[in-house]
Amino acid sequence: MADENKTIKLIIQRQDEPEAAPYEEEFDIPYRNNMNVISALMEIRRNPVNAKGEQTTPVFWDMGCLEEVCGACSMVINGEAQQSCTALIDQLEQPVKLEPMKTFPVMRDLAVDRSRMFDSLKQVKAWVPIDGTYDLGEGPRMAESKRQWAYELSKCMTCGVCLEACPNVNSNSEFIGPAALSQVRLFNSHPTGEFHKAERMDAVTGEGGLQQCGNSQNCVEACPKGIPLTTSIAALNREATVHSFKEFFGSDYHN
Amino acid sequence: MSENREFFYRRIHSLLGVIPIGLFLMQHLVVNHFATYSPEAFNQAAHFMENLPLRIFLEFALIYIPLLFHGIYGVYIALTSEMNLKRYGYFRNWMFILQRASGIITLIFVVWHVWETRLAHAIYGTEINFDLMAQILSSPFMFGFYVLGVVAAVFHFANGLWSFTVTWGLTVTPKSQRVMTIVSLGVFIIFTYMGLASLIAFAS
Repeated sequence: MADENKTIKLIIQRQDEPEAAPYEEEFDIPYRNNMNVISALMEIRRNPVNAKGEQTTPVFWDMGCLEEVCGACSMVINGEAQQSCTALIDQLEQPVKLEPMKTFPVMRDLAVDRSRMFDSLKQVKAWVPIDGTYDLGEGPRMAESKRQWAYELSKCMTCGVCLEACPNVNSNSEFIGPAALSQVRLFNSHPTGEFHKAERMDAVTGEGGLQQCGNSQNCVEACPKGIPLTTSIAALNREATVHSFKEFFGSDYHN
Repeated sequence: MSENREFFYRRIHSLLGVIPIGLFLMQHLVVNHFATYSPEAFNQAAHFMENLPLRIFLEFALIYIPLLFHGIYGVYIALTSEMNLKRYGYFRNWMFILQRASGIITLIFVVWHVWETRLAHAIYGTEINFDLMAQILSSPFMFGFYVLGVVAAVFHFANGLWSFTVTWGLTVTPKSQRVMTIVSLGVFIIFTYMGLASLIAFAS
């Protein structure tokens, strides 16, 4: 094959531990057909030698499904936050620059801690309550058209790319970010999930909530799953308007 | 209701930007535009505004208090965001940055403008009329400063109108938001024209 001597240059931002200072390390690795960023990283793990020929520690990263469904392998590749499993080497400009997403605390090298996203999902009650002391039975049916629409929102894999893209998610703010907000819309429109709508709206207009969105709309451009995040946010804004009016002018009961 | 008042403050901030501040801005630019007809026409229009009943009350309720809240809280909002235009150079991200930049410029301009006109009138009894503006704008530096201030203020209002409709849930779909972008562009063009035409009329 003509490609036998071809190499790929990787520039990787590394960090030895959460509190350590980051540094850059370059790697030249042999090219193979149809490589993705993860297989390139696996090559470094197999033979941890940097571009200067020095023995080094293997680069650490997070991964799971390898098919853009779990969201674990997100990193900043050539300046763009995306999943490293579906980032194909053939489609990337060289040298390929890999950095961890800066919105999250770095654990080591390219692996970040996305706990804040899962905490946000808990904060906004992003689930359908089905557990009780007795069998709650089947829920109401859902229109097929609505199910198809809801399926799009359910594609969120908590990968963190939208938070990375958001100028208002940073160390100065408590903003929970677009992902959790869109999940509120998903669960509020579920026939059984709707039971907790008022509680979710309280959460979403509370600390770090909806109000901190600045409408830069980077999230919807960056989302690898094409989730209509800004439509969800605007729809929640409308819901929050109604919710707050009901709460102020309305009755002692609302949902 | 949770203890957190931020949602309430942000909504008040959004509302005040349009009602009354946006309405006041439009009214102000309309009155200024009389300067393009003649100095007398402008003085007459300005005197009509000066002679509105309960003027000092109107000024505080519709201008000073809303403007101070919107301006100061706005600086706080601007400072809590981190620009990332380099990585995400999308149209709306540009608008996001420009909204914050124009807000800061407008605040500086308005503070200066109020000092030079309304406060000078209150403290030194300076007469506010066509000649005062003609004198201020005869300096090329001040003319440039006023052009920048007027364009920034009108941009901040027009683009703010766009985010107002999103914040209150009026425009939800991408299509309605695109239409609103065009509407806000129209507002920007019309009022920038009126503002600049008035400045040129004062200066010439």
